[in-house]
Amino acid sequence: MAGASKAVADSRANLPFVYRQYGAEQLKQVLYKMYLIRRFEEGAEECYTRGLIHGTMHLSIGQEASAMGICMPLTEDDQITSTHRGHGHCIAKGAEVKRMFAEFFGKTTGYCKGRGGSMHIADVGKGNLGANGIVGGGIPIAVGAALSSKMMKTGKVVISFFGDGANNEGAFHEALNMAAVWQLPVIFVCENNGYGMSTSTARSTAVKNIADRAAAYAMPGVIVNGNIFSEVAEASHKAVERARAGEGPTLIESKTYRHRGHSKSDRNRYRTKEEIEDWMSNRDPITLFENELREFGFIDDKGIEAIRNAVAQEIADGIEFAKASPSPDVSETGNYVYTELA
Amino acid sequence: MPVEVILPKVDMDMATGQISRWFAAEGAQVKKGDVLFEIETDKAAMEIDAPASGVLRDVTGKEGVDIPVGAAVAWIYAEGEAYGDKAPISPLVGEMSAKPTEGGAVPPAAGSQAPPSGLPAISPTRGEIGQSLTAGRATPLARRLAREAGLKIDEIKGSGPRGRVVRADVEAALEKSSVAFAQPTAEITSPASAEVPPAPSPKPMSDDQVLKLFEQGSYELVPHDNMRKTIARRLVEAKSTIPHFYLTLDCELDALLALRTQLNAAAPVKKTEKGEAPAYKLSVNDMVIKAMAMALKAVPDANASWTDSAMVKHKHADVGVAVSIPGGLITPIIRKAEEKTLSTISNEMKDLASRARSRKLKPEEYQGGTTAVSNLGMFGIKDFAAVINPPHATILAVGAGEERAVVRNGEIRIATVMSVTLSTDHRAVDGALGAELLGAFKRLIENPMGMLV
Amino acid sequence: MDAMVRELSYAQAIQEAMAIAMDMDERVFLMGEDIGVYGGAFQVTGDLVDRYGADRVLDTPISELGGAGVAVGAAVTGMRPIFEFQFSDFATLAMEQIVNQAAKMRFMLGGEVSVPLVMRFPAGSGTGAAAQHSQSFEAWLGHVPGLKVIQPATPYDAKGMLLAAVADPDPVMIFEHKLLYKMKGPVPEGYYTVPIGKADIRREGRDLTIVATSIMVQKALDAAAVLEAEGIDVEVVDLRTIRPMDKQTVIDSVKKTSRLMCVYEAVKTLGIGAEVSAMIAESEAFDYLDAPIVRLGGAETPIPYNPELEKATVPQVPDIIGAARDLVKGVR
Repeated sequence: MAGASKAVADSRANLPFVYRQYGAEQLKQVLYKMYLIRRFEEGAEECYTRGLIHGTMHLSIGQEASAMGICMPLTEDDQITSTHRGHGHCIAKGAEVKRMFAEFFGKTTGYCKGRGGSMHIADVGKGNLGANGIVGGGIPIAVGAALSSKMMKTGKVVISFFGDGANNEGAFHEALNMAAVWQLPVIFVCENNGYGMSTSTARSTAVKNIADRAAAYAMPGVIVNGNIFSEVAEASHKAVERARAGEGPTLIESKTYRHRGHSKSDRNRYRTKEEIEDWMSNRDPITLFENELREFGFIDDKGIEAIRNAVAQEIADGIEFAKASPSPDVSETGNYVYTELA
Repeated sequence: MPVEVILPKVDMDMATGQISRWFAAEGAQVKKGDVLFEIETDKAAMEIDAPASGVLRDVTGKEGVDIPVGAAVAWIYAEGEAYGDKAPISPLVGEMSAKPTEGGAVPPAAGSQAPPSGLPAISPTRGEIGQSLTAGRATPLARRLAREAGLKIDEIKGSGPRGRVVRADVEAALEKSSVAFAQPTAEITSPASAEVPPAPSPKPMSDDQVLKLFEQGSYELVPHDNMRKTIARRLVEAKSTIPHFYLTLDCELDALLALRTQLNAAAPVKKTEKGEAPAYKLSVNDMVIKAMAMALKAVPDANASWTDSAMVKHKHADVGVAVSIPGGLITPIIRKAEEKTLSTISNEMKDLASRARSRKLKPEEYQGGTTAVSNLGMFGIKDFAAVINPPHATILAVGAGEERAVVRNGEIRIATVMSVTLSTDHRAVDGALGAELLGAFKRLIENPMGMLV
Repeated sequence: MDAMVRELSYAQAIQEAMAIAMDMDERVFLMGEDIGVYGGAFQVTGDLVDRYGADRVLDTPISELGGAGVAVGAAVTGMRPIFEFQFSDFATLAMEQIVNQAAKMRFMLGGEVSVPLVMRFPAGSGTGAAAQHSQSFEAWLGHVPGLKVIQPATPYDAKGMLLAAVADPDPVMIFEHKLLYKMKGPVPEGYYTVPIGKADIRREGRDLTIVATSIMVQKALDAAAVLEAEGIDVEVVDLRTIRPMDKQTVIDSVKKTSRLMCVYEAVKTLGIGAEVSAMIAESEAFDYLDAPIVRLGGAETPIPYNPELEKATVPQVPDIIGAARDLVKGVR
């Protein structure tokens, strides 16, 4: 919204949405963050492989444009609920990777002080109400947050991220219905990566597009290519404007793909190598965005190299921070179950 | 069906027993009535007969191990009966555990603990000295109150369902025993009795605390047998709950010694397996027993036992006589001693003492009694005070007869003198009454012809 | 000056508490099915919608899961919702949000949020509503760390504990026995709270402690009156809070009486009675027990429709009297 001068804007009149909407620095920052998400996931994966992180994790490599595009128009006050595949959302909403790594390492400096881990990563200060281990669990919570916004007239918009699997949960339908009935400032973002664990949307979902569900709840249903940052951001802009205007919710279906398996235990038996290879080589969201930035003159190879190096440094620093941080004391196991009375 | 051989209850306050010896081995042919094994209880050894004829199998009751009363210790299979075909639960065990015994002992847990499969149960050895792990049914509260009061829960009669000992039973037992004297009942029944200082502990120092006072290797540890435990428990109980007081006087023995010589000389000769022997040989102690019995007859108020609700006044003088035996002492009783002749007393005493030393006394031969005599004269002890053996109200401690200078009518002469000290339970026998009793005793000792009429 | 005390029904007391809470704090609002113009299935919200408007007395679609989630979301973002389930049985539909979200959110987020949520559950049998509308699930929820679970047994406690629940920063589940709604009792005007986590000795006695919950408190008191005539002096402890349980009050009572009976309507096994019994067995009160612990709970069946069968499936006053008699007189 801010940044681009009128002259520059005119010269970009035929460019896709974000290149008209944002200045070079902002767009470079988006590239930086998309790399940050990618490298964070890779770093987490490596730490996991080395046995530094326990439990499991669900990596969002391949979905970076979706997370960044949706969060692009949000202010720090706006809120999101996220999913088990939520590292990207967390970074996109402003979290620091060092505290995310610390959480994955189970350290007290982590966002949840080591109590939540990957699946419950949150950053309440930046408006991330938390990832969720229950498919569809965050959707009604987002509606509740939007109800708060409406009742307290804070003007906040709430995004609810969820995957294609969640669209078959009852909570999805109940939440969308209530949001529409009460015209709440909430945006439902289905990141459709094609598979609920191993089951493809074709095998699990009666409608062709999840956005088609919107019709049942009298709200706009928008389909975007989730691997193209500009498309995602544009849809989000419109939905946010609509929400802030009190016109109610929107359902955005962001069609994308996860390069990795569902979780660390996935043996990838339900999709072909060719399919994965196609998405990685031809439709990688970072490559697509990088190419556009270069093509439209927002960045050169040197600039890209600089971003990559800076990201690598931030990731390395983040892992070091996590390693060096203290673990919680076992005597504190009972903390945070209830609100401590001052 | 094979017949279960159990560890029977042979003593009043017996919850467990030890088999000291088996007379038949695994696989042996036994006849009904054959002696199978010998039980060592707190006070006696008892031979147990085979309940059936057949082959002895599954001898699981080990020697020297505490076994709960009623637990199976072996099985007897009929000739030709298939091995392993056991009865599920012995009716004998069930019956034993079902009804509380007359003496007020709680039926031991053995009945309810008998494994339903009929497999013989072996009790674990006692974990802590003086504390039974195999006590009968009792509520936690009853157990705690009994523990605090130093009472054994398995000696308390339970009034609850299936003989369960409840608080009221412990309180009743507490009142009965004179523990109440040491700890007011009101405090015990108070729910806040946790804060009340506990009853004087019979064991002020732990085992470890005691052992720490001695250099390691400078001693050896001899585990207590049942008799030692019983003696220790009963004496602590007696000395800490009975208000003792003591009366001492000297008796001149010369007349008695002369009479004894005469009587022994007059003893008819009896033929025995070992040749000829006099029909009796009186000891001074036999005469002391008789004198004590007759003194009680003369002062019947002193022939009493204390209970909280009433004074038990005895019609006969049953005199317990402390007999030292290896590992302890036991007090067999001469019943109705006031009615018995000296020779009867003497012979009875010899038999009792001999069987006491081989631990063959039957419970009824050492339980009860209305007084006791303890004589350490043979060790040259001049005078001592004995601990009352409840339910007695008195005990007479007898010292050695020795020549002493005595003054009579202004003249010094030599006499054989014996000091005796009467310990009395002050609740039952006051000072004057005790003095009267002791006076009567002295008169009989010094005028011994009185014992012959 | 003491607040004016009137006789109010349990339902009126709850309604008054909700009105006071909404007067005092504009973040407080009610949501639930048919709580608006209908007044709630049991007329607990009554005419509150007229006084506070449809925005603060919010009728939800019949969407227990979604509705519960909305309440959770509103609670973590600054509101103080009071969510009414039409019947406690419908908690089954919302378990995900209650157990996985509301109870755990503060913990999972390392203390970064609180969930000041109140949920009300009309519970229990006796209305002929049969198997799916008569259940008592308090022990289910009592099993979940992060939740607080209360069961007020009187109009006074219903108001005071609801106000305490609204003031509480954590999710509080209130189980209200449907048969109590019409029960009348003294209720002071104005604001007061009855603390969560504190049991109440409703009757002092020497011979037997009856730990009762909800409607069983009154039944235990009725039984105690009969037993008194027989010389059996019963102490009745109203547990009031299932989680966090007031252990000390129960322990102290059992230490005094040496006998314990637990009476509750929910299915007997694996319930509150098991918890209280085990807690006592583990506690210093164990050494004060002079009789076995007795539980009187619901039958191991769904709640039947037939009124006689329905009564037979939950403890009634004569059952309590009989069990107490057996316990004190040593038959058990």
